[in-house]
Parts: sequence; structure tokens; C-alpha cells
Amino acid sequence: MAFFRLIFPVPATPPVGEAERARTPRWVDLLLFMVLLAVGYGIVRATSGWREPIPAKLEVDLSPWQLPRYAGLSTFRMAFAYLLSLVFSLVYARLAVASRAAERIMLPLLDILQSIPILSFMPGVVLALAALLPGRTLGLELAAIVLIFTSQAWNMAFSFHQSLITIPTQLSEAARIYRLGFWQRFSRLELPFGAIGLIANSMMSWAGGWFFLMASEQFTLGAKDLRLPGLGSYLAHAAELGDTRALLLGLATLISVILLLDQIIWRPLVAWSDKFKVEQSTSGDAFTSPVLELLRGSELVAQARRAVGPALRRLDAWLTLVTDRAARRPSNPKRAVRRRLFWLLVGAAALAGTVWGLVAAIQALAGLNSADWDILVRSAAATFTRTAIALVIAVAWTVPVGVAIGMNPRWAQRAAPIVQTIASIPATAVFPVLLLVLIQLPGGLNAAAVALMLLGTQWYVLFNVIAGASAIPSDLREAARTFRLSGWQRWRTLILPAIFPYLVTGMITATGGAWNASIVSEYVSFGGRKVATVGLGAVIAEAADNGNGRLLLAGTVVMALVVIATNRLLWRRLYRLAESRFRLE
Amino acid sequence: MASVAQVEAPTGEVLLAARSVRKFFAADRTPVLEDVTVELKAGEFVALLGPSGSGKSTLLRILSGLTAPSEGDVLVHGTPLDGVNPHVAIVFQSFALFPWLTVQQNVELGLLPLRLSDAERHERALKAIDLIGLDGFEEAFPKELSGGMRQRVGFARALVVQPEILFLDEPFSALDVLTAENLRVELQELWTERVIPTKAILMVTHNVDEAVSLADRILIFGANPGRIRVELEGVPLADRRRKTPLRAQLVDTIYQVMTNPELDATALVAEHRTRGVVARPHADSGRRRRYQVLPDVATDDLIGLVQYLAGIGGQVDLLALERDLQMEADDLLPLIEAADLVGLADLREREVVVTPLGRRFAEAPVDEQKSIFRRAALQHISLLRFIMRELETSPSHTADAEDILDELRHSFTGEEAQRQFETAVEWGRYAEAFTYDDTSGELRLDEEHRDTEQIELAPLAQP
Repeated sequence: MAFFRLIFPVPATPPVGEAERARTPRWVDLLLFMVLLAVGYGIVRATSGWREPIPAKLEVDLSPWQLPRYAGLSTFRMAFAYLLSLVFSLVYARLAVASRAAERIMLPLLDILQSIPILSFMPGVVLALAALLPGRTLGLELAAIVLIFTSQAWNMAFSFHQSLITIPTQLSEAARIYRLGFWQRFSRLELPFGAIGLIANSMMSWAGGWFFLMASEQFTLGAKDLRLPGLGSYLAHAAELGDTRALLLGLATLISVILLLDQIIWRPLVAWSDKFKVEQSTSGDAFTSPVLELLRGSELVAQARRAVGPALRRLDAWLTLVTDRAARRPSNPKRAVRRRLFWLLVGAAALAGTVWGLVAAIQALAGLNSADWDILVRSAAATFTRTAIALVIAVAWTVPVGVAIGMNPRWAQRAAPIVQTIASIPATAVFPVLLLVLIQLPGGLNAAAVALMLLGTQWYVLFNVIAGASAIPSDLREAARTFRLSGWQRWRTLILPAIFPYLVTGMITATGGAWNASIVSEYVSFGGRKVATVGLGAVIAEAADNGNGRLLLAGTVVMALVVIATNRLLWRRLYRLAESRFRLE
Repeated sequence: MASVAQVEAPTGEVLLAARSVRKFFAADRTPVLEDVTVELKAGEFVALLGPSGSGKSTLLRILSGLTAPSEGDVLVHGTPLDGVNPHVAIVFQSFALFPWLTVQQNVELGLLPLRLSDAERHERALKAIDLIGLDGFEEAFPKELSGGMRQRVGFARALVVQPEILFLDEPFSALDVLTAENLRVELQELWTERVIPTKAILMVTHNVDEAVSLADRILIFGANPGRIRVELEGVPLADRRRKTPLRAQLVDTIYQVMTNPELDATALVAEHRTRGVVARPHADSGRRRRYQVLPDVATDDLIGLVQYLAGIGGQVDLLALERDLQMEADDLLPLIEAADLVGLADLREREVVVTPLGRRFAEAPVDEQKSIFRRAALQHISLLRFIMRELETSPSHTADAEDILDELRHSFTGEEAQRQFETAVEWGRYAEAFTYDDTSGELRLDEEHRDTEQIELAPLAQP
């Protein structure tokens, strides 16, 4: 939710200055202490079951009293996966900029990974972890975490890479001329510079995690249908049994958790990250967070900082020393040769692995008959049509509404919190409720799938349109008024060109989301039966469900190809056009 | 040469030297910097002066080890430089402060790799902050400070490491006039009174007055390719901030060289040497090129200048013009050069004079202005003539931007070729000689004016 506020700023009260900052009352400290205690206990509880063998039957209990525990377990998995994504992003992006050759391979790879839907990772991840940790719950837990990771990591890595390559030259030169070592450069320049982008993308990733929560807490392993206790599996189970009451309770819990985390994690983070803005002036309306103000005024936090401060400084000094020593070691021709050999071996191994994988993949794909390919192509066309319809509907309603809101500051203020709350609900969680109604209608799942895509992605378009409309300079609007342009002329000459770049950005994100949504919307377990419609998402979901590796691979490859091709052929061109022709500077 | 006692005369010890340094960008090997040899000796303050694109910032980066030269060596105390120069600190034009660090943390940045104790690092930073007049701002963030205060942080950060050599990369050009002057005076005091242990200063600037007020030695750079054209000795310290004849003469000489970028510097400074200016011209090939270098000038500004000149009587002293228009030489000189190129104005010594054509131009209505400009530009600008010939000979009267750029890349670096092309397009569009579609990259002959062009182009075909 706070993410949406980044592109849709709401005027806030001015930030409280150092001097007038109120001392936080003591009971808040007490509350804070209890929260920390609870979180600590929760982590211990959540991980204590990990060493147990997998129970014979993993049952989901639909009793409402289980909901707090399930919510805690799911949040814990999400947090773990998020940390994993964060570390991955930092390392991956840093490695990518370290050498030009690496960058040339790593960036396209990220592009491909991003276009692979979560379910396609499932068999591989689950099999590998189950084999690594046979019979243990830990294996399943890690599998769920890795699956959530695959829906979170890529955009964060992209964002950090983008930050790294856009560091202003003179800042970078200053770091070099004052001879900052690796750790100093990373901690004083690169990480702070990338912080704002990373936080914005973290929120997007977090939302993506909720979206796929239901898909990542249940999987099939051979003939076994495994589910981990959690909010996602609760919702999925309730939908399967058609238990409306449990479904609504689960949904309410999910929304509460999302709103709570937004207040206590993301809002404070966004407010805090304001200090990493590079723009050299203080902006008028800073983003505020009451929780951050409470934390800043808290005696407990201050004491903790005093206690941890010296240790952190020692850690900083140690990291400086370690990374610096490695870099300053006098260049030794022997070592240089060894190093070169090492990377050559790594490269050769990677190449060999790729070739082997390619051969295996081609062999698997060769095993498919023409009927399979026929289905694949037809499915791809069906899903493509669905995403297009969803996009057209999204644009059709969000453009007029978004422009109306964006060009009217008073409306914008009132509409913002409402729209943001609605948008923060993961569409997959609402989907089962919607299905109860939609499946009875003539369109059936076919129309329902479009509805889910729409539900999940229209907000990206709406927020971007609002941002674009509110960014139209008032002098242009006044000019349009003095020329007495009629309604349509005004749209054609002013509004549409002005929002075009924003609209394109929104549509790109929305299309990606729609393809992802197809795998959870075209094939559903519902009211005790499985319902499917023609579509690439259905092919992938069904293949994952039945353990048909060949078809899963083929479906994934086709989907990745279609997504990447539309990105390259359509979106990138539109984006470039938007950048060069329709940018208001 | 110095008349104030505190300043040591240059000891002659060479701290840093560049030997036959060249720099090429891109694969086409068009030089950005051609055959530069300079020395920086202990005790001197050297200014690098020149138009943009003359490679002075590139030389500074090569000497600091931030960029490696394509050919030639950089010697630090006689030994070849490998990596970043450890004896150098830089003050940057954009300040290059880390916005998320406080003033104190920014200043301590340079001390981080030195492995000092926390207390020692703190103390040295505070001393530098004190020296540079930033007391009380230790905990402030850069965004809370004015431009002048930010650059003070930049200076404190450079001085805290006690560098042997201080590099200044246009340090005052992002500041307003008064703030810049204030900082210049303080820097000069720190330097001449030896408050700081720095042994030598190298400054890149485009401000003539700044160079004359501060430097013991001034190197004037030329563009395309970047090279040193002439080396001038600065005036004695006592003359730096007063209007003495010697100082005025030096300023004159500098303008004489800078306003004639196409001429050989040896001839230009010859007569000035008899008037007390110590000048050493460098080998200036002054090579003939296929196309003149078009100054990066918007036609609106050019027209404005000619009209302004005509309005004040058609003749004015360059320095007075700088003052009246509140423009720096770096911005004004290209304008005058452009007016000179198309024959609308003339530069004689330091007088800017409007030509009879320029006077007619200034008084004409808009349409006629365009036609005067079209004729003058097509007559004098070889690049525009080339483009017109391409358009005329093409059956469809169109040309591809890429083809023109390819041709230009024989004479200019990639970036400069692009700039030349853009300037030519702007001038050609204003002259209504041709149109240009940026999306398709297509140039098209402006049919409306074609007939007149054919008549005029014929005698121009042989350059």
C-alpha cells in the first residue's frame, strides 16, 4: 500500500523536527518490547517443527482459531523469502556490474527468469529440496520459501542493478579518488543510492508474494498432495470445500495482516528512506509515518542503539579491513593466472551445464507430439487474447476515472486511501469468493479468468494514470482552457499525450501481471472438483499438478517466449516512443 | 616571481607530469586529447583554461588516475602511475557530496581508508571543518546547505586528507557570482599563506578572470582535437586582484587566443610577447579540416546577439559585452564565433563589430531575416553546403541522418559529430533550407525555397 503512495503522493503533515519531536510515552516502549518478544517466540515456534518428519497427512484445519497461527506462519515464510530475495538482489546486481561479460549474460537471464511463472519452478524446487532433506518438514518449508522467492526476487535485482549503473559520475569518482574500499563503497555509496528503488520494489515484491501465497503453500510430489499450514493453504482448502464462512474469515485475516504490516513495516521504511534522495533540496511534503515517529522518540530504541552501536562500528571496521586487504594485495602474476583459470573453469562449467540443460530440454520437447504442440499454440493464443481483453477493459475504465481523480486534487485526497486499500487485497484471495458467482454465469471460468487478471492488474494502470494526470503542468491546462478546446480536443491534444508515458508504464506492469495470473485463474480446484479452461496457464498448472514434466517445460518455454517477444516487439518500442515524444520536461 | 613573502617560489621539483599523453574515445580513434605534455611543480598553481570539449577535464582525470591515457605516461615523482593517484584530492564541480551523510561524515570519507582511530579521525575532520568555516554545521545534511556551504564541504573533504596536490574541477562554476568570489578569496588566502600543506594546485576553469586571479601559470586548451595551444605565465601576486596594465594585457592575450580557435597560437601571441606577457606557444598544427567546427549555438541566441549589437551602435568591447549581458566568456564566445562564421559580426582585437550584412539582418522583418541567414549560412558553412548537395543530388530530395553523421565522424569524435549535426540541423531548419524528422532520421529539402537555392548553390559547389 505504501508503495502506491510513492507514485500517488498524498499531502501529509510536515515532518516533526528534531527539537519538537515528542517523547514517546513509556507504554509504547512496553508494547514494543512485547511485540519483539512475540515475534521472537513466533520464530522459535515456526522453526521448531522443521526437524520433524513430514506427517503422514498434512491437514489444514478450517477452525477460525487456527487463523492467527496460520497468518503468523505465512508471514514468517514471506519474511524469510523476502530476506533471501534481498540478499540475492544485492549479490546478483553487484556481480553483474563487476564485469561487462557477466552483465551481458546476467541481465537477459533475469529477463527470462522474470517471465517464468511460479508454478513452473515448483516441481524442480520441491524435488530438489525433498531429495536434499528427505522426509523432513524442513524440505517442504524451504520449498515454499523458495517458491515465494521466485515471485519476489527478480524486480528487486533489476532495480538495484539500475541504481548501480546510474550512480552520478562525480559521486563515483569521489569514491575512487578518496580510495574507498569495496565495503566502504558498497555501504556508503551503492546501497544508500539504491535504497529508495529497492524499498519501492520490495513493496511490489511483497505484494507479489501475497498474490502467489496460495500457490506456494501447496504442492504435489509424485502422487502426494502436500500442504503446509498457512493462510494460503487455508484459503485454498476453504475454496475447495466451498466453505464460504471460512473463506471470508481467511480473507479478512489476510487483509488485516497486510494493513498491519503496511503500517508497522513499509510506511516507516518509506518515510525513513527519504534521506536517501539525491535531489539536493528539501522537498515540502515529506512522507510521514506515525510509527516511525514513535520509534524515533522511543527510549527503548535509543538504548538499543547505544548498546548495539559499538558492535556495529566494529563490524563495519572489520568488513572494511577484510575487503580492503583483498583488494590491496599487491598484484601477483601467479595469483592473477590462478584467478583467471578459476573464472575460466567457472565459465566452462556454466557453459557445460547450459549445454547439457539445453540438450535435455530439447530431448524432452522432441518427445511431444504434434497434438501437444497444437494444444500449446491454441492455449497460448487463448491466454494472449484474455490478457489483451483484460488490458483493454482496464484501460477503458481507468483512463477516464484516473484522469478525473488526478486532475482534481480534492478528489485525489479523498479517493486515495479507499483505492489503495482495495488495491492492496491480493486478487487470488478474492478469486474463490468471486468464483462462487462467476462460475454460474454463461462465460464460466473463461470469463472468470479475465476477471481475475483484471482484478490483479488494473490498479497498476489506474495509479499510473492518476500520477500522469496530476503531473500535467497547470500552465498547459490553462492554455487549453484559453484556447477553448472542446472536450475531445482537450483529450486529444493535452490529456492523452501527457498521460501516455505513464499509461505505457502501467500497461507493461499490468501485462506481466496478467500472464502470471493466468496460471492461477485458468485451472482451479473449487468446491471439490477441478475446473479448467483452454489456456497456457491451465496447461502449466495442470502439468504441474499431474507431474507432467515435458508439458510443463514446453508450456513454460512458450509462455516465456510470448512474454519476452511482446516486451521486445511492442512494449519497449512504445516505451521508447513515450520517452522521446511525449515526455513533459 | 612572487612578491609576497609567504609564498615559496616553485622549487622546481616535478610532482606530477604527463608525457605525450593522448586519449581516444570509441573505436574510430578520433582523439579527445592529442599529444599533451605538462609538468606540475611544487609551489605552483596552474589553471587549465579552454572551451568545452577541449579535453581539459579529461587531462585532469588522466592525471588523477581516474582515466587511463590511451598513449603516453603519467609520472608521479618520476614513477609511472598505476591506478588512482594517491597524492591527489579533487574538489568537484557538482560538489559530489553523499546526500545521506552529514557534513562531518562527508568530510571523514577521505579518512576512512587511512585506518585511524575513531577519535583521531573525528579530530582531523573537525579541524578541517573549522579551517573551512563550517563550524556548527557538522551534523547538517548537504541538502540543508546553500551551494556555497556545500562546496565548502567539498573543500574540507579534499583538504582533510592533506593531499600533496589539490585538483579543482571547475569548483566555482555552479555557484552564484558573489559566493564564488568569496570562496576564491578564501582559497587564495589558504594557499598563499601556506595554511594548508598542499604543494601544488591544478584547476580546470572556463572563467578567464578566475584563472588570471589565481594562477601562476595558465594553459589554454583548444578543441577538436583537445590540445594545449599556449602556455602563459601568470601575473605577480600583487597584480592579481588589481587592475594593473600587466594584468589587463594578460587578459587581452587570453581573449585574443580564445576568440581565434582556428588560428595558430604562435602568430597570435607574437606581438603580445613584446608587451610583457610571457607566452610559450605549443606546437599548434592548426590543421585544415573539411568542415569548420560549428559552435553549439541556438539560432534564437544568435539573432538576439546580432540585434542587440546593432541596437547599441554596432560596436562594443568584449568585456563590456560580457558584463552587460551578464554572460561568462564560455557562453558568449561561441555566440560571437557563430555570428563571425556566417558573416553577421566580426571580432577585431577585443571589439565586437556588426557587419553591414548583420545590420541589414537586424533591421529586416522575420521572413527576410531568414532569407539573409539562409544565403549567408549556405555560403559560409561547409557542413550545411554538404547537406544541401546531398539533398539536391538525391532523386527524392531526402537524406539519411546516419549518412551525414558517418561523414562527420571522419572529422570529429562520435559525440562531437552528433553535436555538429544537431547544430547544423537547427540552423538549417531556421534557414528553411531543409526539414528533419527526428523519429525517422530523415532530412528533406524544403521544397518551398528550392528554386532560390538552386540558383545560389551552383557557384558554391567548388569550395
